[in-house]
Amino acid sequence: MQKNLNIKVQNSILRTEGPAKLSGKTKFIDDMRFPVDLLYGATVRSPVARGILKKIVFSNEFDWDDFTIVTAKDIPGKNVVSIIEDDWPFLVSDKINYIGDPIALIAHHDKDLVAEALNHISFKIDELPPVFSIDDSRNKKEIIWRSDNTFKSYLIKKGDVDSIWESADFVIEQTYETGAQEHLYIENNGMIAVWDDKAGITIWGSMQCPYYVHNAIMPLFSLPAQKVRIIQAGIGGAFGGKEDFPSLIAGHCALLAYKAKRPVKLIYNRREDLANTTRRHPSKTTHKTAVNKDGKILGMDIDFALDGGAYATISSVVLSRGAIHAAGPYDVDNIKINANVVATNTPPNGAFRGFGVPQSCFALECHLDFVAKKIGITPEQLRRKNFIASNGSLATGQIIRENIDYQKLMDLTFKHCNFYEKLSEFNKSNRLPGHLKKGIGFSAFMHGGGFTGSGEDYLSSIVGLTVTEDNKIKVLTSSTEMGQGKNTIFTQIVAETLNISPTDVLVPKPDTAIVPNSGPTVASRTTMIVGKLLEDAANSLKDILIGTNFLKQEYSAEEFFKAAKNYSEDFGTLKAYTQYKNPGNIKWDDSTHLGDAYPTYSWAIYVAEVTINTLTYETKVDNFTALQEVGRVVNNTLATGQIQGGVLQAIGYAIFEKIIWEKGQIKNNNLSNYVIPTSLDAPNIDVYFEQWNKEYGPQGAKGIGELPMDGPAPAVINAVNNALNTNVNAIPMLPENLMKYMEKIDE
Amino acid sequence: MDKISVETPKDLSGALEIMSKSKLTPLAGGTDLMVQQEFGSLKAKQFINIWNLNELKGITHTNDSFRLGALTTFMEIRKHKLLKQKLPMLVQAAKLVGAIAIQNRATIAGNIANASPAADSVPALLCYDASLELTSTQKKRIVPLKDFYLGYKKMDIQSDELITAIIIPMPKDNPTIYYQKVGARLALSISKVCFAALVQMQSGKLVDVRISIGSIAPTPLRLYKTEDYLKQKKLNASIISNAIEQLADEIKPIDDIRSSKEYRVKVSTNLFRNFLESL
Repeated sequence: MQKNLNIKVQNSILRTEGPAKLSGKTKFIDDMRFPVDLLYGATVRSPVARGILKKIVFSNEFDWDDFTIVTAKDIPGKNVVSIIEDDWPFLVSDKINYIGDPIALIAHHDKDLVAEALNHISFKIDELPPVFSIDDSRNKKEIIWRSDNTFKSYLIKKGDVDSIWESADFVIEQTYETGAQEHLYIENNGMIAVWDDKAGITIWGSMQCPYYVHNAIMPLFSLPAQKVRIIQAGIGGAFGGKEDFPSLIAGHCALLAYKAKRPVKLIYNRREDLANTTRRHPSKTTHKTAVNKDGKILGMDIDFALDGGAYATISSVVLSRGAIHAAGPYDVDNIKINANVVATNTPPNGAFRGFGVPQSCFALECHLDFVAKKIGITPEQLRRKNFIASNGSLATGQIIRENIDYQKLMDLTFKHCNFYEKLSEFNKSNRLPGHLKKGIGFSAFMHGGGFTGSGEDYLSSIVGLTVTEDNKIKVLTSSTEMGQGKNTIFTQIVAETLNISPTDVLVPKPDTAIVPNSGPTVASRTTMIVGKLLEDAANSLKDILIGTNFLKQEYSAEEFFKAAKNYSEDFGTLKAYTQYKNPGNIKWDDSTHLGDAYPTYSWAIYVAEVTINTLTYETKVDNFTALQEVGRVVNNTLATGQIQGGVLQAIGYAIFEKIIWEKGQIKNNNLSNYVIPTSLDAPNIDVYFEQWNKEYGPQGAKGIGELPMDGPAPAVINAVNNALNTNVNAIPMLPENLMKYMEKIDE
Repeated sequence: MDKISVETPKDLSGALEIMSKSKLTPLAGGTDLMVQQEFGSLKAKQFINIWNLNELKGITHTNDSFRLGALTTFMEIRKHKLLKQKLPMLVQAAKLVGAIAIQNRATIAGNIANASPAADSVPALLCYDASLELTSTQKKRIVPLKDFYLGYKKMDIQSDELITAIIIPMPKDNPTIYYQKVGARLALSISKVCFAALVQMQSGKLVDVRISIGSIAPTPLRLYKTEDYLKQKKLNASIISNAIEQLADEIKPIDDIRSSKEYRVKVSTNLFRNFLESL
């Protein structure tokens, strides 16, 4: 355990890369130039949603002489983006699966000419009938993916739900839907690839997971690991949107560079990025719940379905996380979760902050309010009757050993936001004439930290620390800084563990030629898992110096670096590497999806207060209270910022952000018509952290980044239903939708 | 490929001279044109930059009217004390155009000439009976704003003419006003419905009624039939409900990327009822 805790650095040091970002020094991919002979690339895309490609026609009226053109035939290795399944080609060779499916690549030194050239390419395609909805795909209206349109299924069973329907006082069923959501990172996707006959391929780009790109590029070119080098550029946000998709873009860019034998830059503009990159999976969930009149839930039957889009990407993992969280933080004896992710002829959906949980959490937490209303108790009473307590078990049968007292979390949250005062005040004021109605609603939920089940075992992440010649500690991980504050958190963890100044710690951007694979930067794992490995590595540095007798137990920063210097004169550079090891008490069965799904969870209750204008059906979120138990908070400013930003992103998900579909393609792929909330639309967001459990992670830090994406949507919708006595059961709930829901109660 | 060209004349007469010779698109604050350029929907390639023409700047007034130079920005309108007092709906509209950065660049004539059915300032200007001063090397003419729009994005303006000013009669009394922009969010939003109304009551009777709504037809509309129905009437429940029916009949909204026909009718009538019931 940590002994030399330096209180001064414990909380809220400034973001370490902040000054570089503020002053414009940070190099994003589009700031980089490889001079003299850089080519600009572009992607030639399918105009139809499903069909067989017969021919690509390059118009005779256009001068193609100076163009580099790549089609599937030019691929030197495997035409598959290696992620989980081998269904996703870099370029269509015959089967087209969505509007926008990449068919060819072109590059030229004149950027404007590249854009112009796209108008001179056409196709001969035998069109096939497409599938655009979850229902059509599940009902096999057309078979569009392998034998049954299903990328992945899970059946999670606890107890025997089918045995309790008859004994229950009530059985209540309803269906819930959620829409697709764009990540809206500030910086669009982009890559630069440089080919060298001896060194192989080097790719610079905006990405969350350099080693995912590395893994995808090796088979594309049949190159060994040391001939593929991936270097992280600055990242202007990601939210999961740069987890899987950059592998495709990097491959495209590399294919052009390989054929042209010149550096190629491939940057998406906003319209192309919105139209063609991954989104949050749309979902449809049916809850059937057996409950007694006192509110005790006897059983939950949950049918959870996701729309995966055209290719499998990492949909199976999104489905797994969504399914595991589908029954929430409740201890119910009989649960069945039937989870499916199916194919549609729309762009592939992928990773997005929350990773399947915002969908299943929305369904559950709205459903519990619906159940409470049907059986005549308060939403709070229903939750309190069923909350998990320490030593209780979740849907996967996982026994929760940590200290979790949801009754207390509820008490604290309601006290912070004056829940009862607000409720009675709103009830009173809503009865008065006037077109503004107010409501208050909440959601209770949890989010597992780190990879699911045995995921961390498979990853077996490695991190390293070295001491440089100029007396700095260099952090070696493949974790990326995308605005979430990872550089700062790693700096703090290492500085605190070694009892040195944060300014003595360097966190360079990952380069696969230099850093070990510490896994992807996803899943609330960076602080908890990678941060813990760094803490271990820092302790190991210290142990080496103390063990070799260069350093005493008690030391100053100056003494530490002096000892490191003396050590290096004898033994070479001081380094320490650590690798993830299962702590031993995590038991998971991949085949049944039962057991310890996550080493630990973060637990939360969120409350939304809304005002609805009944003339215009507009919803304004006035106040938001977010309380969570997250173990140790490493940096209070960053943690609070994560929660506030996430809450606003989730409010966008709930009541602003709607994709307008036309034949499986987005029509509103611009920022005027894909509407995200502005600062004026943001509520006051109060953030509270409880720090009860410090068994896992560096000094007890659990995950926080995904929580604020999970809970707000159901809290907001529950508040709307509270204000109007409506039964809103789908998001995004725009004013046009609310108008319809309100007409239903008028009837 | 045609490259974009921009001519920048020194003064108004120079600008009009250039415009009399070739068809150029006036470029002022650029807040609409830049967006269209980024969307790839801007057909025009040749522009005349009028942003620096001092003759088109400034807000002046007489006892009878205001004169807003074509290049008056929404920020200038927001900050103008007399406009706040006399033309409050125009000031409210100015506050709701885009966001502050846009209000610093966007001009009143640009908002009119972009001819969007959703233009935020136009319903207010229509209620205030605004007219446009159009100038060419040949002549100067005044066109009432209500007659300016001929159809979707069609206007009564020649290629050699420039909007040089907006003339607004000085309101005589202190009418009751109602302005509501309904967008998808509180800033940076394109109207789904933009409702402006103004009435003057005398001993319980509506002696003057003006109603204008944006985003409910190919152009922003003055709703003369509904106005005529209400004129000289005393309001009661049945008059209000007839007037709402009349209004629902007079607007012609469509389903588009931003909203639905059904929503636009419902919200327009809700707002109208709210206004009438508040009188």
